[in-house]
Amino acid sequence: MSWTEDQPMVSIKDVHKSFGDLEVLKGVSLDVKKGEVICIIGPSGSGKSTLIRCVNALNDIQQGSIRVEGQEVNDPDLNKLELRKKVGMVFQQYNLFPHKTAVQNVMMAPLRVLKQDKSAVEKKARALIKKVRLEGKEDAFPGELSGGQQQRVAIARSLAMNPDVMLFDEVTAALDPETVGEVLQTIKDLAEDGMTCILVTHEMGFAREVADHIYFTDRGVIVEHGPPASFFDEAKDPRTKEFLSQIL
Amino acid sequence: METFFEWFRVLYDDTGINLPFLYDSYDRGRMFDGFLMTIKLSLVCLFFSVIIGIIGAWLQGSSLKWTRRIINGYIQIFRNTPPLVQLYFFYFAIGSLLPKVQNDWGGQEPLLGSFAWAAISLSFFAGAFNVEIFRSGLEAVPESTVEAAEALGFNRLQVYTDITLPLAFRVCLPALNNNLVNLVKTTTLAYAIAVPEMLYEANQIWSDNVNVTEMMLFLLVAYFLLVGVLVWVMNSWERSMKIPGYGS
Amino acid sequence: MKHTSAQSILPVLLQGKGKALNGFDFSPKLWHGVILLAVCLLTSTISFAQSAPAKISVIDALFRWMPLLLQGFVFNLVISVFAMAIGTASGAALGLGQISPNVAIRKVCWFVTQFFRNSPWLVLLFFAMFLLPFEFSVFGLKIPLPDWLKATVGLSLPVMANVSEIVRGAVNSLPSGQWEAAESLAFSRRQTLWEIILPQCVKRMLPPWMNLYAILTMATVLASIVGVSEVMTLTGQALAAEGGRTDLLAPFYSFVLLIFFIYCYPIARWTVYLEQKFAVKG
Repeated sequence: MSWTEDQPMVSIKDVHKSFGDLEVLKGVSLDVKKGEVICIIGPSGSGKSTLIRCVNALNDIQQGSIRVEGQEVNDPDLNKLELRKKVGMVFQQYNLFPHKTAVQNVMMAPLRVLKQDKSAVEKKARALIKKVRLEGKEDAFPGELSGGQQQRVAIARSLAMNPDVMLFDEVTAALDPETVGEVLQTIKDLAEDGMTCILVTHEMGFAREVADHIYFTDRGVIVEHGPPASFFDEAKDPRTKEFLSQIL
Repeated sequence: METFFEWFRVLYDDTGINLPFLYDSYDRGRMFDGFLMTIKLSLVCLFFSVIIGIIGAWLQGSSLKWTRRIINGYIQIFRNTPPLVQLYFFYFAIGSLLPKVQNDWGGQEPLLGSFAWAAISLSFFAGAFNVEIFRSGLEAVPESTVEAAEALGFNRLQVYTDITLPLAFRVCLPALNNNLVNLVKTTTLAYAIAVPEMLYEANQIWSDNVNVTEMMLFLLVAYFLLVGVLVWVMNSWERSMKIPGYGS
Repeated sequence: MKHTSAQSILPVLLQGKGKALNGFDFSPKLWHGVILLAVCLLTSTISFAQSAPAKISVIDALFRWMPLLLQGFVFNLVISVFAMAIGTASGAALGLGQISPNVAIRKVCWFVTQFFRNSPWLVLLFFAMFLLPFEFSVFGLKIPLPDWLKATVGLSLPVMANVSEIVRGAVNSLPSGQWEAAESLAFSRRQTLWEIILPQCVKRMLPPWMNLYAILTMATVLASIVGVSEVMTLTGQALAAEGGRTDLLAPFYSFVLLIFFIYCYPIARWTVYLEQKFAVKG
């Protein structure tokens, strides 16, 4: 079965996930088309982060199906390397490698995992650092960078693998308020370049601006979803309304 | 040089301050041999204790319950009993169980001499500390950093060699250096089984010359300088390995 | 500003370190060590008891000498308690000297601390044994200084240096905000130290101090090398009295290892427990 570009790039169907007795995902389904930007919002503990970690096979699922470009993630024989070449991920805590400089962080995976040629990798890495607007910081260690700068290096590090989809797991939640904007700008640039993005976020204004589609999750299910305009202004479900009234 | 040494003979004649290990070439040789023996014993024990530490830390991560228990039992026994008694146990108790071998002159001699037993005993003693040091170093590498590497497609071995080990090593280094310094100090115990190290040779000299006060003060200064130089070298090494912003 | 950016990356590290501390699980239980030593003891006992039928059995020999050896061990404990008391009192003074506002006092105390910390325990023991007088006179009164007391003083020297470092480390580990807050409330330096800083430090100092006590207790056997009649010396004498039988060596040394283990292991467990408890509370 081959995947074509008109089919959803990421297709999630009836996914169930439990940690021990605690069921965090109780049948979640959603589709993401190529070039689409979707935002998943919802209260803490509603399973948003777990959902996108499942897309990258960092967590396994008990039931249901996740397909990335037609490849089933919920498969014991899954080639994780192939999946992770297609799916880039950025974490809340940046998780840069503290013993490597910014440019080395970006170069590491293409060199070690893809075994690409060093000079080409370095050239590309420097271009990516420039793209996330960190020129001049190439040789700084993560410890010498602000949170926002580290997070942009982390984005560049994921982009170095040439992913088809990018996952953003509350990437601005740990940042100082004054550096949130620069990271969001970087993501916006990416979205405008046509990158397929799945974001878990608490930045409602940003979600409204960049998302093509918003999903609201609560207690492991998708309560409501729709394009930003109708979602934010004409929410129907009482849980959505309550959440939006608290956060806006 | 000889005039420098002779000056101390004059010093002895004039003031009674007797430093035979300077003006007497025989005592000088003994003291120097003792110094070399201390260094040699320290290096041999350092080498084997690090090997024991690495293997022990690896075995402690074993999935077999009894492997872990035996390693933990080893650690607890060697950490909570006097190293001197351990040394006696090895040298006298186990040493007496081993077969005798014929030496070059047709006589019988123990399979292992006092140096070998001192090296074995002290390596196991220091090794017990190293297992804990290495293991806590490995545990100090955040799970999230490992996860970030996995998300970039690193396999287990690559995560270990590129991320976990370099970071764990830096975390271990201060404790490891501390243990090394302790090891050098602990080599004096080998005196008790007549390994001719610095303390033992100093004892020989003060027995022959009845100059305990001078030898005692010299020993204190000698160990102070030896350990002081070691601490200084280790601290410089730690500083050169330091990554900006990592560790505190 | 530099400070906050450093802190913003630290959570990742703190998380890891905290986990390491909490995960610092000495999963072996006391009985593991006891069993291992007992196995050691029994195997050697059985194998040799069979090979030497004419003499009294190893177990009988061990039981015959056990009361004496235990008495010797009590002597070790007496030495350890005295040395700890002397070392703690002098070490605390030295440690406070290390944080004195007076530069000269600070430098001298630092040097003394480093000097005794870098010296091997055994060398310091020799130092005290040979260089302390066997008696000294106060106001014409002759006070004898027996060997065991000299050994106690010798062992208290490294304890002093280590206590000094523990005090300095604990005081320096408190955030400087504590000093500033006290100063802004018009506390004097002395008041700040005694009423605000030190009470907070006691908790931090307790685990390393207990650890030091366990190390000291194990170091008391060094006194056997300089001729004090503690457990190791008595063990040697007992073995000699039994005619130097090699089959007794392993059981007797194992017994000495065992009594130290039984005494020191609970201290180690308790130290780890306190470390974890204080680490969680911060």
